[in-house]
Amino acid sequence: MSLIEVKDLSVNIGKKKILKHINLNIEEGTVTALVGPSGSGKTTLLRTLNLLQIPTAGSLKVGTTTAIAGKIDTKTIHDLRQNSAMVFQQFNLFKNLTALENVANPLIYTNLANKKEAHKTALKILKKIGLEEVITQYPATLSGGQQQRVSIARAVAVRPRVILFDEPTSALDPELVESVLQTIAGLAKENITMILVTHEMDFARQIADEAVFIENGEVLSKGPAKELLSGRTSPRIDSFINSLKRSAFA
Amino acid sequence: MNFDWQYFLKALIQLPEYIPVTLIMAIFAMILAIVIGVIITVFQLSPFWILRRFAHFYISFFRGMPTLVQLFLIYYGLPQLFPSLRGIPAIIAAIVGLGFKESSYLSEIFRAGFNSVDEGQIEAGKALNISKITLFWHIVLPQATLNALPATGNTFVSLLKETSLAFTLGLTELFGEGKMLAGESFKYFETYLAVGILYWILIIIYTWLQSLLEKELLKPYRRDLNEPDRSEGPVS
Ligand SMILES: Nc1ncnc2c1ncn2[C@@H]1O[C@H](COP(=O)(O)OP(=O)(O)O)[C@@H](O)[C@H]1O
Ligand SMILES: [Mg+2]
Repeated sequence: MSLIEVKDLSVNIGKKKILKHINLNIEEGTVTALVGPSGSGKTTLLRTLNLLQIPTAGSLKVGTTTAIAGKIDTKTIHDLRQNSAMVFQQFNLFKNLTALENVANPLIYTNLANKKEAHKTALKILKKIGLEEVITQYPATLSGGQQQRVSIARAVAVRPRVILFDEPTSALDPELVESVLQTIAGLAKENITMILVTHEMDFARQIADEAVFIENGEVLSKGPAKELLSGRTSPRIDSFINSLKRSAFA
Repeated sequence: MNFDWQYFLKALIQLPEYIPVTLIMAIFAMILAIVIGVIITVFQLSPFWILRRFAHFYISFFRGMPTLVQLFLIYYGLPQLFPSLRGIPAIIAAIVGLGFKESSYLSEIFRAGFNSVDEGQIEAGKALNISKITLFWHIVLPQATLNALPATGNTFVSLLKETSLAFTLGLTELFGEGKMLAGESFKYFETYLAVGILYWILIIIYTWLQSLLEKELLKPYRRDLNEPDRSEGPVS
């Protein structure tokens, strides 16, 4: 049984059909790259996997929790979110908490650990990704790359079964991208299940097992990442990848 | 020019006796304004339209009327409708009137404070399964309070000055006493200048205190102060 099963999932916002009949299975321990043009629905799909966006039709299973459109109550939302964590494009760290507290406090707030355990866990994770020196600093005093790594640590700390990354390096200055990618690659080595929305094609080819290409709210194709992201399997994907290269050199 | 320096200095020394009344009025009115302001803000942000409507009406009503009219309504008007209110001390009427008035400004300031906490942090909290109440107390409220602090301070400054209107209710505070001195001595310029300077000094002191508080509270969020000091490398 797959860790994540998405069946015939559709999302409308207002009258607009944002996602149309998505089907997707994701296995435990794999990395899935979610790629596609801007506005194709990648963020909406990730948000729906976390029920930050409520689906209009279809169903969604993460771990042992199933959410069926039309029958989603607060308990379903709570249970489902226990299985996942999210890393946002804009980091979204809690601005009034230090780096350490950003990682530790969610564990305390959700009764996953007491203060002492939470701080211990947080410190361990932050050390591992080389942020030991900034643990007492507030987000405003950290670089974008450091902020994003703290937010990755925050996601790891709750021990989710899957981490959802929404363009984690898009808001970063080019010289800060590498450190964040390295942190993510480190997680991939530990076989943490991840879904990664990214425009970093080289990186995606390196670490992803599977790739999913979406356009206009539909899954256009999916398959092994190295093959799919080589662009050789489909002219449409090929032209998309080329357009990314062009914009990178622009 | 005939400016009576001696009289001016005398007034400057004599008038501060009335500063406590002015301060007490301002401080209690501010406390009242904060309490009501918070309640109105909660109404404004509530999911119930009837509460939002009420908040809107309240704000519009108390902002739309001259302060003096409100004070007269409370002190002279209300006892006519409710005889049990006859004989309420003028200072209470002034505190209530000014508190109601300023609460309408504060609730707008507080609301802006809440809205300035970005939606992204709330989304992150939700995604982490943090309950709404916890998120509010630990994340939103501390940031909203900090964001609202400067404007709240400005409201206190206006309030402090508006307490001078309380003389119209027969209360002898800083301005009221000045008016009496001026009436007796006919030295209007000297007296009112002394009164004005005393308000000014009060406000300078308050503004200074507030800037100290703000600096202290904002310290952790400021980049320049937290940049690790690289001038002295560790001895190795
Ligand atoms: N809250 C919303 N209200 C209306 N339209 C939205 C909303 N969120 C996303 N959309 C629309 O849904 C489409 C997909 O958006 P998104 O999921 O953000 O795409 P991507 O992440 O692939 O760039 C876009 O056309 C966007 O305008
Ligand atoms: Mg997006």
